[in-house]
Amino acid sequence: MTDTNPTVNSAGYEVPPELRQNVAITTLDKIWNMGRRYSVWPMMFGLACCAIEMICTAASRYDLARFGMEVMRPSPRQSDLMIVSGTVTKKMIPQIVRLYNQMPEPKYVLAMGACASGGGPFKEGYNVVSGVDQYVPVDVYVPGCPPTPQALLHGLMKLQEKIDSESITSVRWYGKDDIPAIPVPLLGPDLIDPRDNELIKQETSKKPAAPAAAAAPAPAAEAAN
Amino acid sequence: MTDATTAAPVEQSELEKRFPDAVKADARPGYAGFVVETSKLVEIATALRDEMGYDYLSSVTAVDYYSDAPNAENFIEVVYHFYKSTGGGALVLKVQTPRDNSVVPSLTPLYPGADFQEREAYDLYGVNFEGHPDQRRILMWEGFAGHPMRKDWKEAFYEEEVKPFKNRWPEGQVYRIEDRNPFNKNNKYPQGFDPVGFKETDDPKLYEVLERAAREYSEDIDTEQVVVNLGPQHPSTHGVFRMAVRLDGETIVALKPVMGYLHRNHEKIGERNTWTMNMPFTDRLDYLSSMSNNFGYALAVEKLMGDKAAPPERAEYLRVIMAELTRISNHLWAVGFLLNDLGAFFTPSLYAIQERELILDIFEATTGSRMMCNYFRFGGVARDLPEGVYAKIKDLVFERLPRKIDELDIYLSENELVRSRSEGVGVITPEEAIAFSTAGPVLRASGVPYDIRRADPYSIYDRFKFDVKVRYHGDVYDRYMIRIDEMRQSLDILKQAIPDLPGGAAGGEVMNGKNPYQVRVPAGESYGRVEGPKGELGYYIVSNGKGNPARYHVRAPSFINLTVLEKMCVGQKVADVVVNLGSIDIVLGEVDR
Amino acid sequence: MYGLGILKGMWVTLTHFIDSYVEDIKWLGRNRYYSKEGIQHRRSKDTKGIFTVQYPEEKLPVPEEFRFIPFLVYDVDADGNKQDRCTSCGICAKVCPPQCIWIVRTEDPVTKRPVPEPVDFFVDVDICMNCGYCAEYCPFDAIKMDHDYEMASFDRHAEHIFNKEKLSKPASYYAGIRPTNYNREETLKAEEAAKKAAAAAAKAAAAAAAPPAGSPPPAAPTAG
Repeated sequence: MTDTNPTVNSAGYEVPPELRQNVAITTLDKIWNMGRRYSVWPMMFGLACCAIEMICTAASRYDLARFGMEVMRPSPRQSDLMIVSGTVTKKMIPQIVRLYNQMPEPKYVLAMGACASGGGPFKEGYNVVSGVDQYVPVDVYVPGCPPTPQALLHGLMKLQEKIDSESITSVRWYGKDDIPAIPVPLLGPDLIDPRDNELIKQETSKKPAAPAAAAAPAPAAEAAN
Repeated sequence: MTDATTAAPVEQSELEKRFPDAVKADARPGYAGFVVETSKLVEIATALRDEMGYDYLSSVTAVDYYSDAPNAENFIEVVYHFYKSTGGGALVLKVQTPRDNSVVPSLTPLYPGADFQEREAYDLYGVNFEGHPDQRRILMWEGFAGHPMRKDWKEAFYEEEVKPFKNRWPEGQVYRIEDRNPFNKNNKYPQGFDPVGFKETDDPKLYEVLERAAREYSEDIDTEQVVVNLGPQHPSTHGVFRMAVRLDGETIVALKPVMGYLHRNHEKIGERNTWTMNMPFTDRLDYLSSMSNNFGYALAVEKLMGDKAAPPERAEYLRVIMAELTRISNHLWAVGFLLNDLGAFFTPSLYAIQERELILDIFEATTGSRMMCNYFRFGGVARDLPEGVYAKIKDLVFERLPRKIDELDIYLSENELVRSRSEGVGVITPEEAIAFSTAGPVLRASGVPYDIRRADPYSIYDRFKFDVKVRYHGDVYDRYMIRIDEMRQSLDILKQAIPDLPGGAAGGEVMNGKNPYQVRVPAGESYGRVEGPKGELGYYIVSNGKGNPARYHVRAPSFINLTVLEKMCVGQKVADVVVNLGSIDIVLGEVDR
Repeated sequence: MYGLGILKGMWVTLTHFIDSYVEDIKWLGRNRYYSKEGIQHRRSKDTKGIFTVQYPEEKLPVPEEFRFIPFLVYDVDADGNKQDRCTSCGICAKVCPPQCIWIVRTEDPVTKRPVPEPVDFFVDVDICMNCGYCAEYCPFDAIKMDHDYEMASFDRHAEHIFNKEKLSKPASYYAGIRPTNYNREETLKAEEAAKKAAAAAAKAAAAAAAPPAGSPPPAAPTAG
């Protein structure tokens, strides 16, 4: 046996070789992050096609348990990670936001697949939200349609990387201020994001000629892009 | 391929004789069936059901014939596909109604299976069904502005009427479409709408309906009832499906399925796509069995295209082989997760998924993707089997899968806990199964030997020897057993098809002619249906001779099988709801589309 | 007997449990894990016992037809210059089901004729559905589906619209991931080139032979 754990034992102090089996010098951040990165509990929450691949990832061939992530929790109260696996629709987004609000900190969101990242092939549809990140903050994006289980595992390793990079002194959930909940969208004549209320009012009170006018500034926006 | 419209000439002429004024043969080129007087529809449907044996209303859908040209004849047509539960081709009825004030008598009282389909037509097309017991929106929510499938309804991210979009090439400056929307989102609102203080109307209406349904269910003792929502985020709803359940103690007095949480506008997008483009989209309908979805769509379009799209022999065999492998992989999944719902948490599904993975390896090697196969083309399949895959299929079908399915059978079927939990639960009688238009394993588990591969054979299924599997109790246990039976049946078919595959391992022609990137489909309508793993998967397409479908409708078996869910559950205990749902085997991609 | 069914079921799980040890003992001395033949065995018809592929230490090899995100193929000529295969004909953009491809074509400032190489080429990865149509219908074998699926990122706004630079990969890479397809295409191309050359030669020969106006040479073009 050599090192107890090379990823832990690297605080900048040299440990004498004869002690390496028994002693590790590390930082609080490292040990804290190690505990977190190997026990990310995802929420049992499948949306669409990608959910099938997510289940396959948890099944015997790819075995999420090797990452300490096999404990799929049906309740948001017990989960650390929301894998948004599939197309996010307008009818579903209020529930997703609510679930996200109910998750305790620290919480992470992984957008699995093209649909969850940015609408995917169904982006143009009238009931499709073009990317879950319009409502909840996303930590890792996994492209693909659907991503294979190995691609999802790669995404989860990326998430572990992100967890490793966090420090106990600067994370948002130990700050003094409350983290505000995300306002839950409403199902009106179309999806209503309460954060957009002002803008919606402004747009809908425009003169009926608005559609033509709205089309006109588009090329400018395109150029800026 | 049998022509669905010539299969039942006797009744058809009889129909014309009996209702000389109300029934007119559809004379438009490429069309078939009858255009029926709206006022006589119920009378004719009653005669069809009670006297002529057309007891199975398979599909109800609407088509919007709209053109913004002046003097264009604009109307909405509701299309009904009737079948006999003893087999044979379709009888198609059509009803036309003006676009502004669309009213059509509801067939739900006659054929309860029309319930959800009529609600869908109301939701997406704004057709009012007079006499429908519960006409609410089904895929969108109450209060949504407009009926989105109408041709003149434009979504927020509307770019052009049809694909391909012109701004992609040759001056394709990349952009994200949300950057062109004032809200940076896929939203639009009617003029003068004020979001402040807005109240949702969807759920209150649902609870009202639940209460009404509960009143019809009377108990001797008047106790307080509670409403429980199962889903849309629930571990055993197989996706984002919601059931609003009204409970009296633990007994279910009313249950309303709520769907649309995965409604991704498959049909609207499908009518903008070119014919070819729709193929990969069909993969995402029932994402557990993409090959069967491809099959149905390819059949429907090939029917319109005629002989120039007749697939070569090898392609036909490959299609059947892939479709049957898909059925096995789907049923493995269904059985595994039904057991999950029964409380046998994860071990059965792990065993099932292991075999499914081996089947997916074959799909991945052949088509390039584990789930989204996109393998069928009009007039063949995309590519031949790569080297070594033929041997792999052989190994699986002749050696491993029979052994493993037997193992699964021994493992679960006799288990006393499974049996006591599932026998006598959620019973559907044969009459109910037909009336509610259930299809596939749900129908056959109730004792109705209806399998499209036999009843109305397509592709080359008439060449294989196989028995239509039937079970007679109509309970959850039989719906589980029928899936084990059908896996064995699929293996039987595969064992006949694999040795017969023309060209064998060496390969051969798999495409009729070239595989063009754009096809033109002659004007007309067609309905292609296959026996998918979940039941009758039908595609109703209307072509106007251009590069895009004018109407593209999917008769989704999971969706229509759900109509019977309330019937299954009412009067039972709440714990049986998830089991009943699991035994129907739904996939939300197909339910909501 | 009541309970027999349960016992039978438990027997099945027990055999599964025992198999995982028996298999390991059978493979003593050979590498069941972290080796090519080990993975091959675990995905064969005889697999028993442990089925897991230990990603990321061992990766399930993807088959040749596997498709993920498209990429553009370029050839490298003798001087080491990149030669785009793409002629910006636009078929991929036209056939793309979710319309996630944008091609910028330009024209020669002098002749005003379109330049075949695209100035830029975009794929919006957040829309792409990995269907493989672009690769299937490209008449120049210029766009192919990649095998690289390890693309997870922390941000999408900056990274998920792939431009030409990010999409371009050399033909040698393509030959590496899809050897069978590559070889088939190359042979086809070689055959076609030979046919063309033969046809041209025959034409030249015919032109040379034409003035005597003797026997017509109808068989000559097809002979090549």
